[in-house]
Amino acid sequence: MEQFFQPQDLRAIAPELALTVFGLGLLVLDLIVPDKRKLGYWALAGVASAAILLFLNRNLDAATAYGGQVVVDPFADYFKLMFLLATGLTVGLSMRYLDVEGEQHGEYYALLLFAVMGMMFMAGGADMVTLYIGLETMAIATYVLVGFLRRRPRSNEASIKYFLLGAFSSGVLLYGMSLLYGISGSTNLVEIADALSRRGADPVSLIAMITVSAGMFFKIGAVPFHQWTPDAYEGAPTSVTAFMSVAVKAASFAMLLRIFLIGIGPLREQWVPVLAAVAVTTITLGNIAALRQTNVKRLLAYSSISHAGFVLLGLIAGNRTGMVAVVLYLFIYTFMNLGAWGVVVALRRGNVIGENVEDLNGLYSRNPVAAVAMLIFMLSLAGIPPTAGFIAKYHLFAAVIETGHVNVAVVAALNVAIGLYYYMRLVVAMFMAEPSEAGSVGFSRGVTSVLVITLALTILIGVYPDWFINLAQDATATLPVF
Amino acid sequence: MLQLVIFYIFAAIAVVSAIMVITRRNAVHSAMFLAATLLSVAGVFLSLRAEFLAGVQVIVYVGGILVLFVFVIMLVPSDRVIFERRYNRQGRIALITAAVLIGELVYAVIQGRDAFVFPEETLEPAVEGNSQWVGTVLYQNYLLPFEIASILLLVAIIGAVVLSKKSKPGGEIAVEE
Repeated sequence: MEQFFQPQDLRAIAPELALTVFGLGLLVLDLIVPDKRKLGYWALAGVASAAILLFLNRNLDAATAYGGQVVVDPFADYFKLMFLLATGLTVGLSMRYLDVEGEQHGEYYALLLFAVMGMMFMAGGADMVTLYIGLETMAIATYVLVGFLRRRPRSNEASIKYFLLGAFSSGVLLYGMSLLYGISGSTNLVEIADALSRRGADPVSLIAMITVSAGMFFKIGAVPFHQWTPDAYEGAPTSVTAFMSVAVKAASFAMLLRIFLIGIGPLREQWVPVLAAVAVTTITLGNIAALRQTNVKRLLAYSSISHAGFVLLGLIAGNRTGMVAVVLYLFIYTFMNLGAWGVVVALRRGNVIGENVEDLNGLYSRNPVAAVAMLIFMLSLAGIPPTAGFIAKYHLFAAVIETGHVNVAVVAALNVAIGLYYYMRLVVAMFMAEPSEAGSVGFSRGVTSVLVITLALTILIGVYPDWFINLAQDATATLPVF
Repeated sequence: MLQLVIFYIFAAIAVVSAIMVITRRNAVHSAMFLAATLLSVAGVFLSLRAEFLAGVQVIVYVGGILVLFVFVIMLVPSDRVIFERRYNRQGRIALITAAVLIGELVYAVIQGRDAFVFPEETLEPAVEGNSQWVGTVLYQNYLLPFEIASILLLVAIIGAVVLSKKSKPGGEIAVEE
């Protein structure tokens, strides 16, 4: 009988184990440490030790562990690194913010670490059961984090909406998975692909494909399964919103890529049209809805919907360039978007909510550095050179044009122009409008370091992208292409 | 043949009671129909010779979780809810969509029903004792997901505690500049 567990398998999941240990430690420390803000440093230590273990594991021989439940490949490592960076930055944003909201609890950081552990299994899972359990661990932790501001009705509402819709979409996803299991007799993605390629596209395979995609589209917030996004993003604590828009979204994309490229890869001819329709409507509807928003959090929520549509373009192209573009886009998006959210977090202080576009009015005269930082993040989100966002969009467009999806490319290009309009609305408010209130805006140390790191990376990737492109190429080298 | 008849009887009861669970206004009635659904699913498990799953289904779901549901329903004043307007204004659209969806699913599954038939020799070897088999699969093939599930449950417990914990006395939002 095949060996299902060997001691060296533990090494393959060492980063996840570290996160779990630190998460459990946080729950205990929460009872001992009187100054809860210190717990943020413990969470940072957890993230750092997971990152070190991840680095030490980079040349691990074992391709799979636990009898094929998880794989250790550059693709998984790349995403895990992205999650850890995003989490570290989120902790930096949270420490002061939670004080302001009066909800500084150790459980916040513990849930954050457990969520990242779930994400890592979504990136590394090679079996539907592992992928799904990872997804649920992340999702349940996120539902709670969204409702963390218990005294704010909006936060409660966001949490319950996200929970109900999330549970429903998980049901749809599981239905598709059960059909895939029925077809192949296995939960392993490779064996499912074998069974599907022997069978071809018949009604059962198509229904399985559609239901699995519907479930995954919900998780990445693609149209028509996007309605939860603005409400959940607006009601959640801003630091959690930042976390959701980068880490949760990237993890869902990692799982989506595994399922689409490996599991239902043989049905590529059938899912490309579906994906193209979803991507084009996602980009367009997300952008058009963003035009009319007056709340910065909602505006950025709709912007994140349209960015998810952009990422799908790479999967439609499906060639080597497309795969590189997908992971590179997600990596760059992590930093430029976290930076933008960082500025929004900083505006929340005392009894100022700081979420409306008017709250940005005259930010340049109140805190020039923050205003210039926000300007650069907005240019990057819109995709203007020499920022990182340009590099990301450039690769995506190159990929879809290479494979001849010109119609899709034209719609996407028009949308870049629409996006520019609403990102510039924020810039106009910051630089040209009269300040609606006096006094300068001070930043806490955590937010300042987050802004410095994200700003540096946004510019660095923009002017010197080679190293990051190589990283993305290594990560996608093992992925199947079409 | 007999097995098929038994399956259809249990399946029909399960589906009908599931519909009743979500259409009854009285929460206690819903809970009772939920019990019927869970018991008939246990029956389906039995007809598939998965005795262990059937037993767990009855003990955990019907015996444990459902009793808790009934307790909560009794503790919460639910009479008021019966007379409240419910948010189902889109009932007709939902009905049409659901009907179309069910039609598609039934069509697809009937068309491709041979997909679920496997040659005898590829099936897992039959073993004595269903609970042994469940244990073997759980602790060998699915050891890792099984362990992650324990963290998943821990997260759920923490979540429940965090969200239901009483706010600190005073409860006002700390104001600082």
